[in-house]
Amino acid sequence: MIDAYFIHLLILICIYVILAISLQLSLGFTGLLNLAHVAFFAIGAYATALLALSGYPFWLCILFAGVLAALFGYVLSIPTNKLKGDYLALATLGFSFVIYAIVLNWISLTNGPMGLPGIPRPTFLGINFSNNNNFFMLSIFVTVIIYFVIYSITKSPLGKVMEAIRDDELAARSLGKNTKKIKSISMATSAFFAGIAGSLFAYYITFIDPTSFSFSNLIPILSIVIIGGLASLPGTVFATIIIILLPEPLRFIGFPSSVIGPARQLIYAMLLLIILYYKPKGFYGKVNLE
Amino acid sequence: MLNIEKISKNFQGVKAVDNCSIKIEKGKITALIGPNGSGKTTIINLISGVIKPDYGKIIFENNNLSGLSIEKIANLGISRLFQQSRLFDNLSIKDNLLIAVNNNSSLIDNILGLNKIAKEIDAKIKTVYDMMEIKESWDKLVSELSYGQKRLVEIAQTILLPHKLLLLDEPVAGVTSLLRKRIAKILLELKQKGETILFIEHDMSFTLDIADDIIVMDAGKIIARGKPENVIKDKKVLEAYLG
Repeated sequence: MIDAYFIHLLILICIYVILAISLQLSLGFTGLLNLAHVAFFAIGAYATALLALSGYPFWLCILFAGVLAALFGYVLSIPTNKLKGDYLALATLGFSFVIYAIVLNWISLTNGPMGLPGIPRPTFLGINFSNNNNFFMLSIFVTVIIYFVIYSITKSPLGKVMEAIRDDELAARSLGKNTKKIKSISMATSAFFAGIAGSLFAYYITFIDPTSFSFSNLIPILSIVIIGGLASLPGTVFATIIIILLPEPLRFIGFPSSVIGPARQLIYAMLLLIILYYKPKGFYGKVNLE
Repeated sequence: MLNIEKISKNFQGVKAVDNCSIKIEKGKITALIGPNGSGKTTIINLISGVIKPDYGKIIFENNNLSGLSIEKIANLGISRLFQQSRLFDNLSIKDNLLIAVNNNSSLIDNILGLNKIAKEIDAKIKTVYDMMEIKESWDKLVSELSYGQKRLVEIAQTILLPHKLLLLDEPVAGVTSLLRKRIAKILLELKQKGETILFIEHDMSFTLDIADDIIVMDAGKIIARGKPENVIKDKKVLEAYLG
């Protein structure tokens, strides 16, 4: 029983690590105040759910989830390319609300508030992932691959240009860098991995509905990025573990679920305030929050 | 090489640059001097595309720069040093220099760590890093450097960007006399290699040491131009500086 509970938490940690390190690419490394991440997560989850329910294989569903989210990320980056800071945050937040409204109201496609139940657990290379232990192995495998892909990007010349854009876009342009193109690549790549996280989430929970993709679901992801430290991948992993595990003891105190939800938000808010006050760069961050 | 033809720029009714024409010749060092607010940095901003002219045009090697973006102008071969430090503070010296070097590797190459010319790029950066005699280790963050060392890194960055023309906005402002001499020596070495440089400077001894030609601006207009020995005797120049 306890084992199953820990496996569940570990799978959630994997999904949130993917979400948070992919947000680091656009927010921490490129400096784009991107609040559309939860929308890319939703796009990936719904794409997977619809394809998996139609009988498409796992590899196609997960890949399509990523590609579709990346496409939305790229398209969103075009009109928002000139926006910075608060304005970009507002535009991307608007996009999150639009996607949320679509999954809530396009009933013929998404089944609206009733959600999509019965998403089959994947089978790949002869392995059945309906067992949670197996699903954890799959999640950790995907997470490790994505961690190293994002790590490689951030250490590459392209990653350095992304950081240059975050520090001073005009200076990067004066060095001949096409910052619009690089910002679009960053946004699309970030969305791609958020889509993959959405795909794993849909496969794991086997039921998705719009409540999993509302704006409040962005708060823990943003908290992880800020607490871990902007542009720090190890910090992000560390912060994910803390953020996922920290509210868990509330379950054992015996509070009703109507208290646990708001208490969880309260804990995130308190933690954020403490971190911003005592460690403005987060645990391992090298970039100041502005 | 660079032809600025009857260019004007107004800021809310103030004429920052008023009907100026400038010709920069290849292989020469040209100084743009004048009192504060005379329009020197506006000229550099107009050439590098940071602002667009109201009237007139800028022709660089048969390309009209007036409608081009900052990055396109940089890629045509105009490399610019800003007056205030614009280094990427959260990156190391090496990474700041790496960004200036052209790198056309694809996203997949970046993910797989494939950079066929990585060694070539490293060697290029090392050459300029050594030439500038930067004292700090190149793995150090630029935010931890002294003002003078930062200036050297910025000049190195400007030199590393593939270029045909260097625009330097006050390269020695605020640096020690030792560094000033080193920067003068470096710029003269670049000239010997055939480089073309346009720079703004308030330090007259530095300007007279390295400039082949001097252009003097006052209140948005060009008031004198020519060889340094003639320009410093010009009545209008003395009036602009001494009142």
